Amino acid sequence: MDILISGLLLGGTYVLIAMGLNLQYGVARIMNLANGEMIVLGALAGFWLYMTATISPLLTIFLIAPIAFAGNWLVYRLLLVPLVRRAGNQGQLEVDSILATFGMSFVLVGIMVSLHGEYFTYSFLASPLSILGTTVALNRLVAFGFAVVIGLILYLWLNHSRAGMAVRAVSVDPASARLVGIDVGKVSALAFAVGGMVSAMAGVLISTFITLDASVGVIFTMKALIIVIMGGVGDIRGAIVAAVILGMVETAVATLIDPGLTLAAAYLIFLLVLLFKPQGLFGRAPV
Amino acid sequence: MTGEVRSLLIGAVCVALAAAVPYVTDGYWLSIALTAMMYIALSTSWALFSGPTHYISLASGAFFGIGGYLVATGMSDYNQSFWLMMFVAAVVATLLAGLIGLATLRLSGVYFVIFTLGLAEMIRNLVSWVQNNFLGSRGLYVLTDFTDAHIYWMLLAVAAAVFLFGWFIDRSRLGFALKIIGNEETVARHVGINTAWTKVVLFMSTGFFAALVGAIIAPRYSYIEPNLVFSPELSFLVVIMALLGGTHRLWGPLLGVIPFTLIWEAISIWVPNFTTLFLGLAFLTIVYFIPNGFVGLLEKLRHRSVA
Repeated sequence: MDILISGLLLGGTYVLIAMGLNLQYGVARIMNLANGEMIVLGALAGFWLYMTATISPLLTIFLIAPIAFAGNWLVYRLLLVPLVRRAGNQGQLEVDSILATFGMSFVLVGIMVSLHGEYFTYSFLASPLSILGTTVALNRLVAFGFAVVIGLILYLWLNHSRAGMAVRAVSVDPASARLVGIDVGKVSALAFAVGGMVSAMAGVLISTFITLDASVGVIFTMKALIIVIMGGVGDIRGAIVAAVILGMVETAVATLIDPGLTLAAAYLIFLLVLLFKPQGLFGRAPV
Repeated sequence: MTGEVRSLLIGAVCVALAAAVPYVTDGYWLSIALTAMMYIALSTSWALFSGPTHYISLASGAFFGIGGYLVATGMSDYNQSFWLMMFVAAVVATLLAGLIGLATLRLSGVYFVIFTLGLAEMIRNLVSWVQNNFLGSRGLYVLTDFTDAHIYWMLLAVAAAVFLFGWFIDRSRLGFALKIIGNEETVARHVGINTAWTKVVLFMSTGFFAALVGAIIAPRYSYIEPNLVFSPELSFLVVIMALLGGTHRLWGPLLGVIPFTLIWEAISIWVPNFTTLFLGLAFLTIVYFIPNGFVGLLEKLRHRSVA
């Protein structure tokens, strides 16, 4: 029971991380390996505003959202569009964007280390709370609640708005989307920016209950990628299921065997997915 | 004199010149030459696989770590000889590369990058876990009579073997198949090339050479622990140096390794806090300004002067 509840809470935050990357990869077709750094940037903002100005991280989420949106939009427009233009095919774009976003991720880590080289520790809503006999920290529960709300808003936006429909259309087929009058460049930039924004917001939430430092972003990137691939690229529902599975398995391994093996467990899942379901849990094999 | 004989002769002269380095200098500059030689072997071997296939492998650190760690465990805990453990390490890494390749190389490049990205870290976690729970946690010692000059010569031998292997591949059916795969994988499949197998074989060769290099370097550290040998940074350095030089020529990575090693050394000494930032800037510079590496720049210049 402990494992189920803690695993679910962890999975809730993974959902947010994976949603951000899913939008960026599924729609803008950019495998953003700097995604983890966006999360850590969010966490750093949450930590820093709390320590210097006692601003509640729950408020920081909304402060940081427009900044992260604008920042990611600029990154896409200035740095990634030239690569999209230059690339002859999807393969070339993938290689270029992987290398470029690796570069960005290292640059961001380098900048963050010089801003704050130590751990981002602070105590926020760290009181224990009992649910169904399991003790959980209040901050985890609050973070989970916010993750659910953000996820729900994102889901409604994608499925019940005009812009959301355009985003989904580009995700399915960019060439056909152009034929029905969708500005693919604009929509891709929008999806990339929203994806980055969601990641940064997730970062603020995570910082309330996990101690981070400037260099852990790559771990988040890995986990987000595993979830996106397991759930199926562009598939929000799959990502949610995959995130919860990963959260549960990691918690189970950490409590039953050894916390040092969580990455190995994630890898095992990843390997199984690659071997048996490379198109994702709910994906169909391409014809 | 035909072109082939001439390029082999030039290669032999270069190896002879490189072998003379320990007689000219020792101490600081030899240690830099040693580091450069290590990266020459790693980057050239990396480029043999990633250059034609465009699969970016970040597994070098993992294979390198396997090499160093197995040598250390074998010598320290089981009293085996260095040479035997070097052989074992190379075999283990080659097999592991084969398994990873079979699982991931059928799929698109993104999956492969992601899988190799965390590989070194994952193996490090596993090794630490096994060590802490079953073997008792302690450092491992690699005590040999090798001097820096010996290690340097062994690395030179590996580097020469990599070049010879690359030269041979370039003239074989395998190399021809690789070129077609790199240009258009669908076409390659249609003309009857077993694309997955070709890629796996080449990837196994990178595992083999990286483990050899890791094993040879181990005596230089003399004290080995998992955190030291399984460093993800190494994988990125190998990629940067190879791309900086250019991956579409066998001697391309060489042109990247030598300047980068010197700059990296300088930065690590003078401004150690900026290494990560510098690594990022190097990646961005390569992608945006020199996508074909120094070799690409040179060829463009020569093209212009001829025209």
